[in-house]
Amino acid sequence: MKFGVIQFPGSCDERDALHAASLVGDAVLLWHRDHDLQGVDAVIVPGGFSYGDYLRAGALARFSPLMVEVERFARHGGLVLGICNGFQVLCEAGLLPGALLPNTSLRFVCRQVELEVVNAQTKWTGACARGDRLSIPAKHQTGRYWAPDPVLDELEAGDQVVLRYATGNGFNGSARDIAAVSNRAGNVVGLMPHPEHAVDPLTGSVDGLRLFRSAALLAV
Amino acid sequence: MSRHAELGLTDPEFERIVALMGRELNEVELAVFSLMWSEHCGYKHSRKLLSTLPTEGPRVVMGPGENAGAVDLGGGIACAFKVESHNHPSAVEPFQGAATGVGGILRDVFAVGARPIAILDSLRFGEPGESPRARYLLDRAVAGIGHYGNSIGVATVGGEIYFEPAYEQNCLVNAMCIGLIETEKLIRSAAAGVGNVVVLFGARTGRDGIGGASVLASAELGDASEAKRPTVQIGDPFEEAKLLECSLELLDAELLVALQDLGAAGLTSASAEMAAKGGVGLDLDVARVPLREPGMEPFEIMISESQERMLCVVAPERFEAVMAVCEKWEVNATAVGAVTDSGRLRVLVGNDLVGDLPVAALVDECPVYELEPARPSIPLYPAPSRALADGTAPGETLLALLGSANLASRRPVFEQYDCLVGSRTARRPAQADAAVLMLAAEGAPRPALGVSIDGNGRRVACDPYRGAIEAVLECSANLACVGAEPLGLTNCLNFGNPEKPHIAWQLTRAVAGLGDACRALGVPVVGGNVSLYNEGGDGPILPTPVVGMVGELPDAARAGGLGFAQAGDTVALISARGWAPSLNGSELAKLRGAAPEGELPPADLGELRAVHAAIRQAVRSGALRSAHDVAEGGLAVALAECCVAGGLGAALDLGCAPADARDAEALLFGEGPGAFVVSGVRAAFAAFGAAAAVLGTVGGEALRLDGSHGRLEVGVAELSGVHAGGLATLLARA
Repeated sequence: MKFGVIQFPGSCDERDALHAASLVGDAVLLWHRDHDLQGVDAVIVPGGFSYGDYLRAGALARFSPLMVEVERFARHGGLVLGICNGFQVLCEAGLLPGALLPNTSLRFVCRQVELEVVNAQTKWTGACARGDRLSIPAKHQTGRYWAPDPVLDELEAGDQVVLRYATGNGFNGSARDIAAVSNRAGNVVGLMPHPEHAVDPLTGSVDGLRLFRSAALLAV
Repeated sequence: MSRHAELGLTDPEFERIVALMGRELNEVELAVFSLMWSEHCGYKHSRKLLSTLPTEGPRVVMGPGENAGAVDLGGGIACAFKVESHNHPSAVEPFQGAATGVGGILRDVFAVGARPIAILDSLRFGEPGESPRARYLLDRAVAGIGHYGNSIGVATVGGEIYFEPAYEQNCLVNAMCIGLIETEKLIRSAAAGVGNVVVLFGARTGRDGIGGASVLASAELGDASEAKRPTVQIGDPFEEAKLLECSLELLDAELLVALQDLGAAGLTSASAEMAAKGGVGLDLDVARVPLREPGMEPFEIMISESQERMLCVVAPERFEAVMAVCEKWEVNATAVGAVTDSGRLRVLVGNDLVGDLPVAALVDECPVYELEPARPSIPLYPAPSRALADGTAPGETLLALLGSANLASRRPVFEQYDCLVGSRTARRPAQADAAVLMLAAEGAPRPALGVSIDGNGRRVACDPYRGAIEAVLECSANLACVGAEPLGLTNCLNFGNPEKPHIAWQLTRAVAGLGDACRALGVPVVGGNVSLYNEGGDGPILPTPVVGMVGELPDAARAGGLGFAQAGDTVALISARGWAPSLNGSELAKLRGAAPEGELPPADLGELRAVHAAIRQAVRSGALRSAHDVAEGGLAVALAECCVAGGLGAALDLGCAPADARDAEALLFGEGPGAFVVSGVRAAFAAFGAAAAVLGTVGGEALRLDGSHGRLEVGVAELSGVHAGGLATLLARA
């Protein structure tokens, strides 16, 4: 399995994502101005503040040349994971439903949170079981998941809610405590918490590794 | 007022400049001299004192004088680090002042070629319970630090915050940055190679920050400070994120001869220092500098403090390659000048010479003043308002301390910072006495750094010499608790107006203390910063030397933690011979409305060095399950912190605690260097010999403390609630 991690100007967590992916497969950095996905099997859109989050989080990065390739790749079933800012970028690009709004506290919050696996059938959660708890850090100021109620109903009915903040762990005001969603096919997943920061027992948890392993297990 | 006086130069200084130049100066030249001879750039009142600090050691690979100092970590890797102040800008506009303080210290570190991996902050404000201004400054400065550090993707891993009335007008915002680099790739800032190109890259130059160094940083804050808001710079962390990656790529490709960041005094200071260090001259064409707005005068371009700019020297044949890297990162880059052999800094507008200055006179001829220290004959600082009556029961006293602004949980602040990015953070805030940052993502054992920043103005106000020693000891103690051995330190000397004898006395005594502590502990000073004139209309700040220390530990897997970890573990007090906690200058004395006065206990530095080493060895061996140093609030607060962090109670008896304490209250709440609370299996304490006194056992849902005070018993839930709520409540009112 070859992972590609996109680097935008203003990305922060791309090296961490690269390292996490390299623990379960091969991993390369992809430059946002290129037009070539270098034959990767999975794309990770990392966390950070692409283009300074100016205008709106993720709004500018989606126009990077490489995102054209990512959209094509995703629509053909390619594996795409958006983490934090990457989640925002994927929502802006229309690859995932909904939007991320500023936290209700209007403050940046960095905290270890407990997540509950809601859908273990996506390409990025196959190594988990429904109901599993994952301890993964979250850190963001614009992570309140929002969509109109009918869309939320549809997401729940269609098993597109992938992870929820466990009771008492939601801090950003996300609708229905949603921490991660997928597209209908389950190949594109976005989440606000940072699985790439939970791959080493010395930094507190290895639960995040299960998302990367889920993708790696799909390699033939 | 004459023009030179407006720019902060005294009449004798101005006369000396005219004599050095041999002629009258034009506006550009006067502006450049006024900045280079300001306190901020020239260290006029501190240079002699700083020269007394020990700066050498076997691990030092870059000492003071460069953008940042660096120590060798072995394996071809070095750690570059420095602390710097941004006090006056933060007092005028806290969000941007604090944000650009972080931006500035980051640039200092990547200017030597190191990739920044961590930020720590040391903050001081007025009393937040009484002052809306203090709450506002705290709220906005924290937001500014988070805004910059989070956006650029460097982890903010630690820091300290204290509140005292003396910081009401003049808050302190000190930021420390730590970076890593392959030792052989460290780059200096000396310009070299006649004919080489000088390239300015990064943000465009505007009118923001004009006069920051001379006007804001080198004079007291007064009623007109609001009018100085335009002298505060505006930060753009996204621009800096690009600048950081671009600079490191330029250095990695070995395309640069020299690199320097533009900080205080902008292009003036950067170019003069690069030329002086290289013993060369520079020609700068300010007409080529990309501007944010039209019509800027040459002197404005020279002194602008617009952020996110760097200056580099490039061989002509590498110029195109440099421009290509800058283009990749969407960073503006412009050739603005050339290295000459003239020894002069020449400012041009196209072909017109608008300023012609001798570099040596700018940098080396800056006057150095003798301080005239005199111990103050009357107390300098008023007593704070009383928050706690005398004679409260020990349990009530403990809760009052734990919930006080100075001791309450910092969680509402540090949760606003990304402490994880980079995947190095093995000890986050509130997990241990120092942050622990791993040097590699894999492997066992996993070498790591321990980092801490400390300073206690109230104790330095009591006794500048012993108080400054305590700041160094506190850092060293914090490192010991995670198992780290000190490698080097950086300091930021925050004081009032050194032209006043009593401030000169504080400064002189504090630097003497710092030097003696560093020599005794064997920790060299590799760099730092001086921030003087920290005075408002109400008087000077507390004298506040802030110390940042970096140490190494062989294996992050054995890094210490502060919280009690397991019911049934034995708790011991490890104390130095002669540990003599007293209420003078303590947090309890403050709550009772005492001014920062009184004698501090002496410190036997040799003995303390040995105790720190013993703690460090015990942590490294894995024998201890927790280690925490006894600091502000004394032993009872330290024990409560261990309970809160671990979520476990303890049943303890202070009967055999060996302290040379005057009474039961001094033992519980007195302060003085030299004691630690550790837990583990009983056999683990044998290595400490007589320094260890077993206090009791971890377990239960309350902290129970018996002793000559009687019995103190408080539930862990209550301790945690009070500790968590103290600062959170105040921030919610901001």
